[in-house]
Amino acid sequence: MPRPRIYTSMDEAIADFPDNASLMIPGFGPGQPTNLMAALWRQGATGLTTISNGVGFAATTEELRGLGDLVVAGRVKKVIAAFTASTRPSRTGTAEELIRSGQVEAELSPQGTLAERIRSGGAGIPAFFTPAGVGTETATGKEHRDFNGRTFIMEHGIFADFAFIRAWKADTAGNLIYRRAARNFNPIMAMAARTVVVEVEQPIVPAGELDPDQIHTPGIYVQRLIHIPEGGVLHIDRATARAILQVRYHDPVPEGQE
Amino acid sequence: MTEKQPLNRDQMAAILAEHLPDGGIVNLGIGIPTGVSNFLRPEQEIVLTSENGVIGYGRLAGAGEEDPDVVNASATQSVTLNPGAAIVHHADSFALIRRGMVDVTCLGAYEVAPDGSFANWKTTNEEWNNLGGIGGAMDLAACSKQIFLALEHTTRDGEPRLVQKCALPVTAPAGVTLVVTNIAVVAVRNGKFILEQHAPGYTAEEIQALSGAPLEVSPNFRQVSV
Repeated sequence: MPRPRIYTSMDEAIADFPDNASLMIPGFGPGQPTNLMAALWRQGATGLTTISNGVGFAATTEELRGLGDLVVAGRVKKVIAAFTASTRPSRTGTAEELIRSGQVEAELSPQGTLAERIRSGGAGIPAFFTPAGVGTETATGKEHRDFNGRTFIMEHGIFADFAFIRAWKADTAGNLIYRRAARNFNPIMAMAARTVVVEVEQPIVPAGELDPDQIHTPGIYVQRLIHIPEGGVLHIDRATARAILQVRYHDPVPEGQE
Repeated sequence: MTEKQPLNRDQMAAILAEHLPDGGIVNLGIGIPTGVSNFLRPEQEIVLTSENGVIGYGRLAGAGEEDPDVVNASATQSVTLNPGAAIVHHADSFALIRRGMVDVTCLGAYEVAPDGSFANWKTTNEEWNNLGGIGGAMDLAACSKQIFLALEHTTRDGEPRLVQKCALPVTAPAGVTLVVTNIAVVAVRNGKFILEQHAPGYTAEEIQALSGAPLEVSPNFRQVSV
């Protein structure tokens, strides 16, 4: 098993990203591969199928270009997500209009179903039954089956060509550790894609330095690693209503909270 | 006659908090419910879980306490972690929900009906087109033991949100047991709305007039205590 390749440039790490590929994008607030997404924006790939919690909005700065921008730019063919439209009538996005008009295909999943579809895809399980969505529009056209007197619907696993991952720590073997709620979709998406590219907050340490008992994603799933370089985006400041870029070069974890 | 004082969002959150069962595992959805974490008393021994995999979080983080990696279901509000907190990934956070570990899920909503059905993921009636904002609501609603809702009693245009049948597509066909609005607290039992509490200055008749389904007035009908 070859060790993952370690890059120093986000653009180089995804330079070969092909058109029409499928891509897992983690993040639920924290845990987004912000730098890899901005690099993909620059790289130009088109015809994408994306798997993410939400579709989001177009960004205000180049460093924060992400899925919302790709959708609005017409570079996304299909989105699979738990949020394809705003829940506030006053805040509808352009992406929503593109889906409504059929220019972008959408597959809306309840969030737990979405997470389990990803987990299943990465675990070699082609389909499963869940009670979520029974009796709602999302069950439209899906196989229903009763188990122990309760009705479930069948959902399918998802596997993608690429996953962009955001990790807190990594070693040269590709082993990953996530921090707090930044973990969210990262571990399951890292298992559900052919090529896994990871942006890492802390400097990548030699194999053997991370405790094997503390690893969240084993390195055998990881093909490419890159430490977020100086000037890269570490976090997005959510204290203000506008997502203002916050760039830090140091470990954000306060003393005693590791 | 007391002056009419509709409840604000914090008061609605406080009412949700006081109705939670002691020792319960509780999930708080986006909107008014995320505010509940500020009104829990330690002796209630509630454990809050969030879809993003945070188990055992506490109140909203104050200035200087924010950790960019610790947020609630809104994905933007920073929260504190209580001693004994644990983090899991997204599939495991829904595994515990699907397994039935959540005693109460608190959600925002657009409409609720006496059969316990409610709507909160789609703002239009257009045909199923894969557009909507479901988030974790359907998983939570299908699998939690109880669903508490927090919503304004009427729309901005004055239309009732407590209705005989949801006009918007439902999030779950059943399961709501409590509805907290800006003017009333309504239990949902046996296919009926039961009016339990009123905001200061509101009579049962006035609350009924702003509702789209019959309300049975509880023998214990009283003013809210917040």
